[in-house]
Formats: sequence, structure tokens, C-alpha cells
Amino acid sequence: MADIPDDLHYSKDHEWIRVEGDNGTIGITDHAQHQLGDIVYVELPRVGDSLEAGGVFGQVESVKAANDLYSPVSGEVTELNETLNDDPEQVNKDPYGAAWMLRLRLKDAGEVDKLMNAAEYEDYTKKITE
Amino acid sequence: MLRSVGLNSPEELFDTIPADILLRDLLDTPSALSEPELIARFESLAAKNSAAHRPNFLGAGAYSHYQPTIVDSLISRSEFFTAYTPYQPEISQGTLQAIFEFQTLVCQLTGMDVANASMYDGSTSVAEAVLMAERVTRRRKVVVSGALHPEYLHVADTYVAHAGIDLVRADYDEQSGTTNFDELGALDDQTAAIIVQSPNFFGCVEDLQSLAERAHKVGALLVVCVTESISLGLLREPGASGADIVVAEGQSFGVPLSFGGPYLGLFATREKYARQLPGRLVGVAADKEGRRGFVLTLATREQHIRREKATSNICTNEGLIALMATIYLETFGRRGLQEVAMQCAQKAAYAARRIGELEGFSLPYSATPRFNEFVVRAPVAAEGLLRRLASERNITGGLALSRYFPERANDILVCVTETNPRSEIDALVQGLAELT
Amino acid sequence: MNTKASTHITQNEALIFERSQPGRKGYMLPALDVNETPIDELLPAEFRRTDDLEGMPEVSEVDVVRHFTRISTWNYNIDLGMYPLGSCTMKYNSRLNERVARIRGFANLHPLASEEDSQGALQLLYELQQHLSEITGLAAVSLQPAAGAHGEMTGVMIIRAFLDARDGVGEGDRPRRRVMLIPDSAHGTNPASAHLSGFTVKTVRSTSEGQTDLDALRELCAAGDVAGLMLTNPNTVGLFERNIREICQIVHDAGGLVYMDGANMNALVGWARPGDMGVDVIHLNLHKTFSTPHGGGGPGSGPCCCTKELEPYLPVPRVVRADDERYRLDFDYPQSIGRVKAFYGNFGMAVRALSYIETHGADGLREATEAAVLNARVIAHELASEYDKPFDAAPMHEVVFTDKRQARKGVHTLDIAKRLIDYGFHPMTIYFPLIVQGAMLIEPTESVGRQEIQQFIEAMRAIAREAAEMPDLVTGAPHTTRIGRLDEAAAARKPVLRWRPEEKAAVA
Repeated sequence: MADIPDDLHYSKDHEWIRVEGDNGTIGITDHAQHQLGDIVYVELPRVGDSLEAGGVFGQVESVKAANDLYSPVSGEVTELNETLNDDPEQVNKDPYGAAWMLRLRLKDAGEVDKLMNAAEYEDYTKKITE
Repeated sequence: MLRSVGLNSPEELFDTIPADILLRDLLDTPSALSEPELIARFESLAAKNSAAHRPNFLGAGAYSHYQPTIVDSLISRSEFFTAYTPYQPEISQGTLQAIFEFQTLVCQLTGMDVANASMYDGSTSVAEAVLMAERVTRRRKVVVSGALHPEYLHVADTYVAHAGIDLVRADYDEQSGTTNFDELGALDDQTAAIIVQSPNFFGCVEDLQSLAERAHKVGALLVVCVTESISLGLLREPGASGADIVVAEGQSFGVPLSFGGPYLGLFATREKYARQLPGRLVGVAADKEGRRGFVLTLATREQHIRREKATSNICTNEGLIALMATIYLETFGRRGLQEVAMQCAQKAAYAARRIGELEGFSLPYSATPRFNEFVVRAPVAAEGLLRRLASERNITGGLALSRYFPERANDILVCVTETNPRSEIDALVQGLAELT
Repeated sequence: MNTKASTHITQNEALIFERSQPGRKGYMLPALDVNETPIDELLPAEFRRTDDLEGMPEVSEVDVVRHFTRISTWNYNIDLGMYPLGSCTMKYNSRLNERVARIRGFANLHPLASEEDSQGALQLLYELQQHLSEITGLAAVSLQPAAGAHGEMTGVMIIRAFLDARDGVGEGDRPRRRVMLIPDSAHGTNPASAHLSGFTVKTVRSTSEGQTDLDALRELCAAGDVAGLMLTNPNTVGLFERNIREICQIVHDAGGLVYMDGANMNALVGWARPGDMGVDVIHLNLHKTFSTPHGGGGPGSGPCCCTKELEPYLPVPRVVRADDERYRLDFDYPQSIGRVKAFYGNFGMAVRALSYIETHGADGLREATEAAVLNARVIAHELASEYDKPFDAAPMHEVVFTDKRQARKGVHTLDIAKRLIDYGFHPMTIYFPLIVQGAMLIEPTESVGRQEIQQFIEAMRAIAREAAEMPDLVTGAPHTTRIGRLDEAAAARKPVLRWRPEEKAAVA
């Protein structure tokens, strides 16, 4: 059973966001990393880039697949997790902790309300894996 | 066998093809030849290729070099030439290790960090380098030296026709034969790369260091193309001059002329751009017991995974030709490559000096450093002179530049390699003198 | 274990760089026979390399011979046995083809030699073009593309050039038609080639019978902007597209053209021709259908064949026969897409392909196709009781199975493929096409006798039994190779793509 922390918000593309004031931290869910298998590379945007809700912000690669990463909300990138360059396997080991991908300044806090909470996300993953 | 699958006639095997498109008659192709008949027929075709049997001073992107006997002997092993692309590493380690050695040799020769498992040839490598420069810089203007091989330029034009990339041509300087720096005024902060060949199409060595500085100043890449790869045994490696991508035609490394193909594209770059490379890459891996092996890696760049978002559409490359070059380079090795290169340069210098002394002949770019090719200006039209050299002296004297530059009617591009003994060079000089 | 393979001694061999010894030489050149020019006069110091090629190997000739002979024994190859890679057509590479390609008059011919001096080579190219035209039923041929994907790119660019001319799209205008339709079962090079030619890719669904979905195709065509369709036939699940005439008609009615990927021509040569089906342009793989060697990943050759209507757009130069029966290079095609490669394509492969066509003769070509299809049919028939076969229809030259039954025991396609190695066979193509989950695509070709086919079938049956009874044996395969499964994830995370001297590697 995939781990789904209570304090995060989730998108249908399997990204999570932790909101602190005007700022958000984004990564991919435990369910997503399971589906992808061994992660070998994470490609992130640049600090200062503007992200749109639902827009592609990067790529996550396993040995034989490359998947787009979609931003759950809009905002400006303020910080990147550079350690993923050297240790992409953190995405498999600790998707909600060490493998956070980027922080951004939220453009519209209202967007967060459109995302799923933990319970809703759990239902959602159950439904799509059936 | 037919009965075992419940069929009575071969025609039934093709039942799923609509009857109106099924062929009833045999194709209108020749009937079968036996082995001796086929050999006789192909021998007679080959005999009509008279240029293959004479002393040769043609270069211009394809070079005569000596191929050690073991090269053909080793690539003819079933295990190499009848193997597929090494997708199953447990039973393809021979091919994989050879490619890893090839990648290493290309890096050493070019002075770069990473090289791929090969491209089709030098011309398509230039085109792919243009596309890669666009990916790396996200800029859409590329300045190309007018002294790039004209056929390479033509290929690059075709490749980028629909990529939204603007290929701007910087003309060569009539005095020096090298790329005209002032023309690079076209260089600005929208420029993705400068593409320059060195030694260039006229045999002149370009000042790569200065070109790299100019490119880097505006955030563009320097792409260096080499058509005569033996020159890397003597000339400063492009990586040391600041090149960001080095592409080359590897035919010089023991690959037969074979009327233009199969040849070998070399493609190398800086470590930071490795994930933007086109084509296959082999890397080191280990099994559970910790034994070293090799695998195809970083495959997510490629078409079979990323489809239309791939770095290139290339799949089949030039595997066996890369092996040929690998065996050649390992046989000649550190010393041999330098010796071959030195012989080419020395013999070309000798030939140029002798021809330059001839009445009525001149060497338009004699002040510019060169490797083994140089332009000769004849007192008469080059085409007729070369025809007479062939028919009356049995020598292929070089390339009439009018083939690509119609206004240069009297110019000949002459190439000399280690395969031309002094007697051939002297015969060429004498022929030029006596036939004008 | 019923296998045609057993373990045998294989020798270890380091990288050549690790074998290198200062001062060793594997070559000898004639002494320089001209007066030496002083080095600084020859080339100023700032243009010369200063690293003395440090790190490049220094080995003897016998070192090189042993090195490559040893590592060669680690490869599987066609000469060793069946190589059932679907859509790859690993057929026998005749030694005669190799011999004639090495005749001095071909091998030593410079591509810029005058037409006068290269009549034999031009004639050979011309004759091969004529035969390929007859085989495909398409009027015009260019041998310039160097491989399949290169031929695809050429074909798709021709489509674009034709449409732009027909529709009156000038240079710099936004093209009116920019959608290329590609089935979900297609090889990845198709969308990559379409993208390179400036097209947007839209995917055409396949039906549950493994055929192109005509309704989906009509719908996509109705949406407009369609430049064409890229179709493989037989398709990548080994089935002939039985509605091919209608498919071509739908695309043509929408104003588009049909490109056929010729990867599977080994199912058709001598029996059916793309030109008769309504196809406008196709590429062939000389390294598949026409037996030129794969060489561990190339060289290939990807001739592009098209209708009379598209001929003006083929790459230049064209090889033509003039009225005086001389062969020439014709550059005078102002509407041509240009050049896709320096010179005239992979000539050495053309020599081999012509030799293949002429040694087979028209009847031999037809028989080879028949044998290739029959062999696949036998495998389809014999393995259906052990493996899930997702499509009922009779396959052409290749057949697809899945791991559905074995997966219940935790044995997957990759495991079955690796276990096949222990039985002395190269694995089939796996996980392709993408539309078939756990796909195993098997193409025996005509180059395999009844006995070896039977051994293959028995090996596959034995693996099915093992999967049911001893799944660990299969998931741990291969057991008989020099090395086990390699950790590809670790290799991709910290890629080591070249050798470096130890002291430097330690610093880096």
C-alpha cells in the first residue's frame, strides 16, 4: 500500500504539494514512484521560471521510460533540490522527504483548494489501479 | 510443414492479403545466378570503375588510407558482422565492449568528454549537431562556415528545413581560404552555434581558439567538423581549443572508399551535454556478482522510448564501421596514428612545394596552415586537365572545384596521403607540367 | 534441460587500454620517402596537439587479434543460430555478398571520381533501383538514405514537399497540412522522423483484432490538416492490414498521402506490392529484407521508393541512364527535398543487396517469402497452447505472444527472454509493440530449418513449464552466460561512458 501523508495536497498527475504561507514544495507521490520503477534521472526547471497549473515543469526518467512532471499549481520557482542530480534514487526511497523537487511562490492560493486531500487521493489511486 | 499448420498450398499462407493485390506471376527481376556467374558479372561491373585502379589524389571528404590486413579479417568474424544491435547485454558483450572502446578513442582523439556509438556519416553528424545546438541553447540561428564541405552544407539545409532553424552562411576569405571572421557579424545573442570545419574544405586549418572565444562570448556553442580524421594525429584536438561539439567523418580510419559509403559519423561533446546527444551510448554496468559489463544506457533520449520527443530519429547506426575504425585505431595506436598523420602532412607539403614551383601554377592559400589537402590554381581549366591526367597518365589528379564552385574553373583540390609514394607524387607533378 | 547450448570456456579480456604497454607497436609503415619539412614550417606549434595522444593504446598486432577474437566469443550471432527478433528480420548474410562487396573496383572507388570512371558503380546502383521499383510496385527509387529511420525521414519530407507544392504553400508560410497520423503500434522512429520533418503526430488506434481502426482513422481525417499516414504493413503485430486499400482511400480522400514503413517487407516480396495497395512512398531496409549484415547495429541502408507523382521530390543526385546508355548523376531536380547524405548512400550495402536479388532470382525471392511466413505460422500454431496469443488472425512473417499466463506466477516477458538464452537462442523482440502488454514478437525468417524451429518451439514450451513449476529458475535467468543481468538503473544514474586512466578516474 502506497504511503499518503495527511498534510499534503495531491494532483491527478500524482504530484504532491506542501503549502506554507505563500510558498509550496512539490514532489511526486509514493504511488507514482512505484509505478515508474527505478528512477535514474530527474530534470528540473530553472529558478525564476514561471509554472502554470497543469503545465510540464520537468521530467522523471527510469531506465526505459521518460515521464513528464506536471505542476499542481501556478507560481514562480524559488528553489530546486539539486541533490537529485547526484542521487535520483531518493525519489524511490523518500518521495515526500529528501526527494522534494522544487519550491515555488504560489501565484493563486485558491488553486490549492482544487487539489485532492489524502483521503481523496487514496480513493483516486484505488480507482485507477482497479 | 504446410500440412502441420493445416494448409495445402503456399498460396493459402497469403490468404489474409486481398486477392486483387496478390501477385499471380513472378516479379520481373532476373532469374537466379550461380555463384561463379555472379562473381563474373560483378567483377566485370567493377572493372568499369577505372578510377579504383589508379593512383589517387582525390580527397574532399573521402580519403585513401592503408587498411592493415587484420582489420578486415577481424570484422569478418561471424560474431561481429552477423550480430544485431546489442539489446541483450548478456550475449552481446563483445559488441558492447568494442563500442565502449570506440567511444573512448573518439574522446581521446577529439579532446572531448563523451562520444556516442556512431552516426551515419560526417554530413549527417553536422546536421544533428545543428539540431543539438538548438536543443542546448534554445536558440534558432546557426552560423555555418562557407568553407564547410558543400555536400555537408546541403545535408544540413535539408535536415533543418522544417525545424525552424535559420542557417546563416559565413563566407570564406578569398585570401586565406579560411572562414571570414567579419562575416560572423551575424553572430548575436540569438545564435545557437558556429559550425566550422577544420581542416576546412580547401584544406586550410581554421583558428578554432578564436572562433570558440567569439562563440562563447555570445553564449553560442562552437561545433567543429573534421572530414579528414587522420589529421587528429597531428592537429590540436578541437576540445583543447574550446569546441563544444565535435563531429567527424571517420572513414579515414581504415574504412574502404566504397563509392561513398558506408562511412562513419563521429559525435562527441562535453559531459554536461551528454543527455542531449543523438544516438546510442554504451556505459559500464555491473551484475549481481559485481562483474563488470557494458550496456546501452541513457536510452530515454532515443526514439524507441521518447518517440517524437527523442533527441534524434536515428536507430541503426554504423556499428560494424565503428568496429573497423576501433580496430584500425588500436592497431596503429598512439604512435602509429601520429606517424600516419605526419607522413600525410609531409608528403602533402612536398607535393605542394613541387606543384607551386611549376610554371603557371600557384597555390592560392599557401600562407595558411594545412594538413594534407591544398588548392592548386592551374593555368588551364581544371576539368580538362584532370581528364587528360587520367587518360594519358593514369592518375586521378584531384577534384575540380568547379563541381561545387562553378566560378573556380581552374582550381584543383589535391589530397596526398601515406598511400602515395613519392614516385606517384612526382608523376603527378610531371603530368601537370607536361599537359598544360 | 533440452537445449542446443551448454556452457563452455570463454576467456576474460580487459579493455585494450588496460592491456596497453608503452612502446608496443602493431603496425609498420614504409619509411617517409620525401624530403622532410621542418615541423614548425609544416604546422605552427599553436595548431599542433601537445598531449602526445596520451592514453591511446600501445599494443602489438597479436594483442589486437586476440583482443577482438576473445571479445567476439561473447556475442550471439546469426551464424550461431536462430535470431528470432521480430521486425528485425535477422536472416542469413551470405558470404558471397561479402566477397563481391570487397572487389577492388568497388571497395577502392572514390565517390568523387568522374562519371566516366565509375560507370560500373553507377550501373549497379541503377539496376538495384530498377529491381526495387519492380519489387515495391513504385516508379522511382533513391538509394541515398543510410538506414531505415533515414529513409522514413526522406519519405516524410517528400510528402511535405509535394503537399506544399500542390497546396501552394510558399517558403515561410505556415503549412496547411501538418498532422501526420501514426498507429499506436508503430516503431518509435516513425513519430521521431515525422517530428524531424515538422509534423505534429496524432495517434491512430488499433482494433482488438490488431488492425488499424477505420473509424478512428476517418475521424482523424475529418478533423482536417492531415498530411498523411505512416503505416507498417504487415503491421508490427505481424498481421496484414486487410483493409489496406480502404485505408489508402480514406487518407487520399482527405488530401493526404500514405507512407509505408517497409520494415516488414520480408512478408511480401514476390507476393504483393505496396504500389498496388495504394501506398505513395515507402522505405526499405536492405539490412533486413535484402540480407545485408546488421553488423552489431549497422550499417544499414534505407532506400526510398515512391510514385511517379512524387519522383521530382526525391533526394539529389539521382542515378539515371542517359539516351546514350551511359549512367549519370542527375542533379537537375529543382523540386527535390535536397540531399540527405553526402555522396550516394551506403554503396557497399547496395552491392550486397543486388547480389542477394540476383542469386535468388525472381522465383527464389518468392520462395524465401513463403518460407519466412510458413516458419512464423508454425511457431504461431505450436506455441498457442503454452502462450497467450492476443490476436486470432493468421500471422504473416512474425507472430506476437504475451506473458499473460506466465505472469500469474510472477514470470514476465523479460524473464522468458533471458531464459531463452540458456536454451541457446537469442531472445525475441520484447515489449514491442507497445500496444500489447508484455509482448514477445517472434520472427524466425526463412533462414532456419525445420529442426531448429522445432528446437525453438521445444525450448519455449520447456520455459512455459518451468514458469509454472519453478518460476525462480526463469526469473533468475540467464544462468549460462559470462555475466548475469546487469544493473541498468545504476548504470544510467552515474553513467560511465568512456575509459579513463586510473589516477585521473580517481580524481574525476
